[in-house]
Amino acid sequence: MQITSFDDLQKAKGEGLVQLYPDKPKILVGMATCGLAAGAQKVYDLLNKKAQEAHWDGVVEKTGCIGFCYKEPLVDAVLPGKPRVTYEQVTPEIAGALWEELAAGKIPEKQLMARIDVDDMILDGGPRKFYQGKLKGFLAQTPRYEDLDFFKLQRHIAMRNCGFIDPDNLLHYVARGGYFALYKALTAMTPDEVIAAVTTAGLRGRGGGGFPTGVKWASCRKAKGWPKYVLCNADEGDPGAYMDRSLIEGDPHSILEGMLIGAYAIGSSEGYIYVRAEYPLAVKTLQRAIFSAREAGLLGQNILGSGFSFDIKINLGGGAFVCGESTALMASIEGKPGEPRAKYVHTVDKGLWNRPSNLNNVETWANVPVIIAKGADWYRDIGTEGSKGTKIFSLVGQVKNVGLVEVPMGVSIKDLVMQVGGGVPENREFKAIQIGGPSGGCIPKEHWGLPIDFDSLWDAGAIMGSGGMIVMDNSTCMVDVAKFFLDFLIDESCGKCIPCRLGLKRMRELLEEFSGGKGSLEDLNELESLSEAVKDGSLCALGGSAPNPVLTTLRYFREEYEAHILQGKCPAAVCKDLITYSINPELCNGCTACVGECPQGAITGTKKEPHLLNASLCIKCGACHEVCKFGAVDVA
Amino acid sequence: MSVTFKALETILERYPPSSEHLISALQDVQAKFNYLPPEAMTAVCDHLGVPLSRGWAVATFYKTFSLEPKGEHDVAVCLGTACHVRGAANVYEKFRRDLGVAGPEGTTRDLKFSLRQVRCLGCCSMAPVAQVDEEIHGNLSQRKAGHLLKMYRKR
Repeated sequence: MQITSFDDLQKAKGEGLVQLYPDKPKILVGMATCGLAAGAQKVYDLLNKKAQEAHWDGVVEKTGCIGFCYKEPLVDAVLPGKPRVTYEQVTPEIAGALWEELAAGKIPEKQLMARIDVDDMILDGGPRKFYQGKLKGFLAQTPRYEDLDFFKLQRHIAMRNCGFIDPDNLLHYVARGGYFALYKALTAMTPDEVIAAVTTAGLRGRGGGGFPTGVKWASCRKAKGWPKYVLCNADEGDPGAYMDRSLIEGDPHSILEGMLIGAYAIGSSEGYIYVRAEYPLAVKTLQRAIFSAREAGLLGQNILGSGFSFDIKINLGGGAFVCGESTALMASIEGKPGEPRAKYVHTVDKGLWNRPSNLNNVETWANVPVIIAKGADWYRDIGTEGSKGTKIFSLVGQVKNVGLVEVPMGVSIKDLVMQVGGGVPENREFKAIQIGGPSGGCIPKEHWGLPIDFDSLWDAGAIMGSGGMIVMDNSTCMVDVAKFFLDFLIDESCGKCIPCRLGLKRMRELLEEFSGGKGSLEDLNELESLSEAVKDGSLCALGGSAPNPVLTTLRYFREEYEAHILQGKCPAAVCKDLITYSINPELCNGCTACVGECPQGAITGTKKEPHLLNASLCIKCGACHEVCKFGAVDVA
Repeated sequence: MSVTFKALETILERYPPSSEHLISALQDVQAKFNYLPPEAMTAVCDHLGVPLSRGWAVATFYKTFSLEPKGEHDVAVCLGTACHVRGAANVYEKFRRDLGVAGPEGTTRDLKFSLRQVRCLGCCSMAPVAQVDEEIHGNLSQRKAGHLLKMYRKR
């Protein structure tokens, strides 16, 4: 379907709404990578097969991830005139049982997690209520999804379509108000007005730096040179962060529309999306989205009859963390090794191929259409004084409800971990949260009242980063965590400047000493001063922020470092040189599970007799601890 | 797979002779042969008109590229932060022990498996995670890792 005018958009929207909410039953399967990893493909195939065999008058469709990864695979069902219902942890067997009831026109009760009464459709067409009148029976008792602790504090703006549309279906996107913001920008606003709206809205870069997006656009618009490039950074390298992947897999057109609006504002006709090759599904989804947008005329020449032209190419990353840095990313698109350069000349003036270039992150782009459609003031009302809007976090690690959460800026760490995340599993204790990836820091429990926004996190020594939040409990050793991040950064340092290339190595050596129970308090001071030197002397942000994990753990967990150095103890029982494994004869009932599992043959014993562990053979791999069901293997 | 002129040509045909296509072309070669054979490198650089040194600079900079043939099954164990705090280091060691890989990464002598580390596959909800070829396996323990290898050995 060609979309070249407002009438076409309206027509596409009408058609999309019919597809989105047909007058017949519909089953949706969450098929983003997190769903697929949990087995969603089998569920989808089974439901499809059943529907075909039965010549069912209904629709089985895939959708993106609504964020509740812990409960994947998720299956939703919409029967006309009934609330939408969500089923959790659906295996093929459960899907089979669900199918029997759904095909008979009934709403199954088993595995029911929540119901959705109203589809907000924040941009256009909503709110849309799924049913009239009162609910009866178990449905009335089922919590609404916005009442679940996991969703209560959330507000989906960037993720507005994730879990609601088929990401490959352009009409679904248009049905929920998609591309209307582009039309508004192209026909009713000048480029300067678009930039003013984004600036007034207070949107700041979601990729890590938090630079005001409107200011960046304005400088790029002013810059001399042609052509100008609009780039999207989808090289999501932070370990523990996957919101960009999920956005692409759930709603790729929101990113394309954002880039189109940005290109119009800046005066660009060529765009690039630099995406990680490790995300094959995201790459395919983007390719399909670009293809369908081009087919419809939403990319290419004379878009929506406005005279504005723009097209997008995809570049695959080569698996280098440093390519998330703007100048390295541009070098990589040019076909060179991704080495950053000093930025006294800004990329908005001389970026890709020395031309003015504007780079924004996936999540930033996804926010743009909302700002244009709803207006800057609407957006400004959400969030805190210095940080407007919402932010998506990947809440992972030692937390019950693992998943992607989009919350207004300013929510406290405590609320995020304890309410949204449901706290630490198995009644262990929350110790710290690591925010901002390898460039960020660890924030301890004493500071968990801190509101999450760009400036508060900066003051606490961490950064917002791309939004990875890794919850740690008392089984995590902070010296080990610091070492873990340095290992990562040494591996990923491009090697161009000395502070980063050699400084990080020396820091790692010191940490190695500490985790072996060696070193002195003076070494701690050396680690601190070296960290400051690396921070000041490095060429790019990778090196400049690399010491953050060390500095924050030193700042908040110094006593843990001292325990390693002075007492030769690892309080969390992680650092291998400082721990020993032993078997508690009182708890051991002689099941021999550990005897078989030990790769060293270090454990001996016969059935129903307490076993013995020979410490001189033990390599501390922890295999015995893992298989023991009676908690008889002590680590200290 | 042996490096044939024909296989290379189908890749090179996709790219106009300009240096910007170096990474993309090498990625195609990697996908086709599972590593970068030296003769393919020469052909790609000649075609695009870039010095061979630049080709090697790119090939050794990015993790995507391998200069040695890879095993039949690609075992990528996630050592991202979420996996790390849930015990991925011990799981990784288990893979290494069972496969008998000497260095931190490597290929088994029978060319059956290649073991490598990745930093975040983006499946943090199922940490610790490993990806074998295209399949993702979550909530791993050392024991599960052992079973997993046995399963792929049989395939």
